[in-house]
Amino acid sequence: MRITEHPIIKFKRGRKVTIYFEGKPIEAYEGESVAAALIAAGIYVFRYSPRHKRARGLFCAIGKCSSCLMQIDGKPNQMACMVHVRDGMRVRRQKGKGVLDGN
Amino acid sequence: MEIDLLVIGGGPAGLSAAITAAELAHSVLIVDENPKLGGQLIKQTHKFFGSESNYCGIRGIDIAEILEDKVNKLGITKHLESTVVGIYEDGVAIASEQALRVVHPKKIIIATGARENMLSFVNNDLPGVYGAGAVQTLVNVYGVLPGKRALMVGSGNIGLIVSYQLMQAGVEVVAILEALDHVGGYEVHAAKVKRLGIPILLRHTIKSAIGNDKVEAAVITKLDEHWQPIPGSERELNVDFICLAVGLSPSYELAAQAGAKIVYIPELGGWLPWHKPNLETSVSGLYVAGDAAGVEEAVSALLEGKIAAADASNSIKENKYAQKLVETTQKELQEFRAGKFGKKIIEGKRKLYASLHL
Ligand SMILES: Cc1cc2nc3c(=O)[nH]c(=O)nc-3n(C[C@H](O)[C@H](O)[C@H](O)COP(=O)(O)OP(=O)(O)OC[C@H]3O[C@@H](n4cnc5c(N)ncnc54)[C@H](O)[C@@H]3O)c2cc1C
Repeated sequence: MRITEHPIIKFKRGRKVTIYFEGKPIEAYEGESVAAALIAAGIYVFRYSPRHKRARGLFCAIGKCSSCLMQIDGKPNQMACMVHVRDGMRVRRQKGKGVLDGN
Repeated sequence: MEIDLLVIGGGPAGLSAAITAAELAHSVLIVDENPKLGGQLIKQTHKFFGSESNYCGIRGIDIAEILEDKVNKLGITKHLESTVVGIYEDGVAIASEQALRVVHPKKIIIATGARENMLSFVNNDLPGVYGAGAVQTLVNVYGVLPGKRALMVGSGNIGLIVSYQLMQAGVEVVAILEALDHVGGYEVHAAKVKRLGIPILLRHTIKSAIGNDKVEAAVITKLDEHWQPIPGSERELNVDFICLAVGLSPSYELAAQAGAKIVYIPELGGWLPWHKPNLETSVSGLYVAGDAAGVEEAVSALLEGKIAAADASNSIKENKYAQKLVETTQKELQEFRAGKFGKKIIEGKRKLYASLHL
């Protein structure tokens, strides 16, 4: 969910771009983190843990806890809270430790 | 790259350090992981507390702008979206998406801030359980809401302020839980949330989060005077996300990696780099400042950054003006901590200085 009206903050959103989550197009704005774009689109599960395959999502949002590791443009272990969206970016849920997909 | 001072972290502590050193005519590089300077300030839309001379009554986001402006006017070099990944004897490694650089600073100030604490309860790893600061980032920086109904755990200033800001953004905060028998934060902040009708449940904690792949509810429980859950007092709350505001711990990893002595001082947030009153760690020429030197506030972070930079300046090249700046700023910091809420910090720093001979 995105806030459209706020009593004291004016959100200056960047240019509208499209990112692909598990192949599905999602609307995002330049200047925002992958995590913010996903949560705005109602996506909360970012990866599954290696051993017990438990769902994990965003926790700290400042690059310190590693809860939000995803597969971004083929690279595993990317912090969705620190990586910013780019037009055409491909984002996947990371399963376990993740693998390099060769792209 | 040869520089006098490397500042790691662009929050209030790092910005103040960089500005001080540049004003003392040193070459400075400031590095931050984010695309914007300001650290935690960029999400703080409330007006600040503090002494008159230190931005009292100004919103955190505006303080960040003022500091960034100074950094730009002074022509300080900044590497944004860059992470310091290691401090070695033959250089400091800075990684960005484009490159891995090595710099050779004469002095280093670590101003990496703090990270939020976890709490143990059933399903605490479920998506929808966030640090309160994370939710503040989503809501105030990106204008994105993680849900409609929130449970806040912890009634310190962060818990209170973020609850208020969630209500401002249109989220219903169902309750604020506090394990103590009194509210942890300042009375002004508590009064603001009470006026909005958010119940603060004292002697309560969270027992579990419920949901399949995402928080769908939370179970809370009352605590007795020995902090034990009272059987039969459990209640299920209909919430779709949970915020933990149960304290912060200094980000000391880089200091530890560089070989600085790490000590445990509960009053300062747990493990942190041992340091002297001039903020130098046990490694000569390596300083810490701000939340990384003990979890406190923005005003003290600003003052600590200034002390560390002035001291570093004086040790690069002895100079009376920098020495004087160290002394007057230390005095200012003492005065700032003399208030009711500085007690814990003063006690913590006392223990820290006493633990010199480890
Ligand atoms: C909700 C909330 C409300 C608050 N309200 C108040 C208030 O009213 N008044 C007040 O005085 N204080 C308040 N504070 C506290 C204040 O924000 C902090 O004490 C202050 O920001 C600490 O400053 P700092 O410079 O030490 O760290 P931070 O502001 O945390 O900055 C650290 C910076 O370092 C960067 N970094 C970390 N590691 C690296 C690395 N390896 N490489 C590159 N960059 C790195 C981080 O990304 C970050 O930008 C509040 C805090 C919160 C969360």
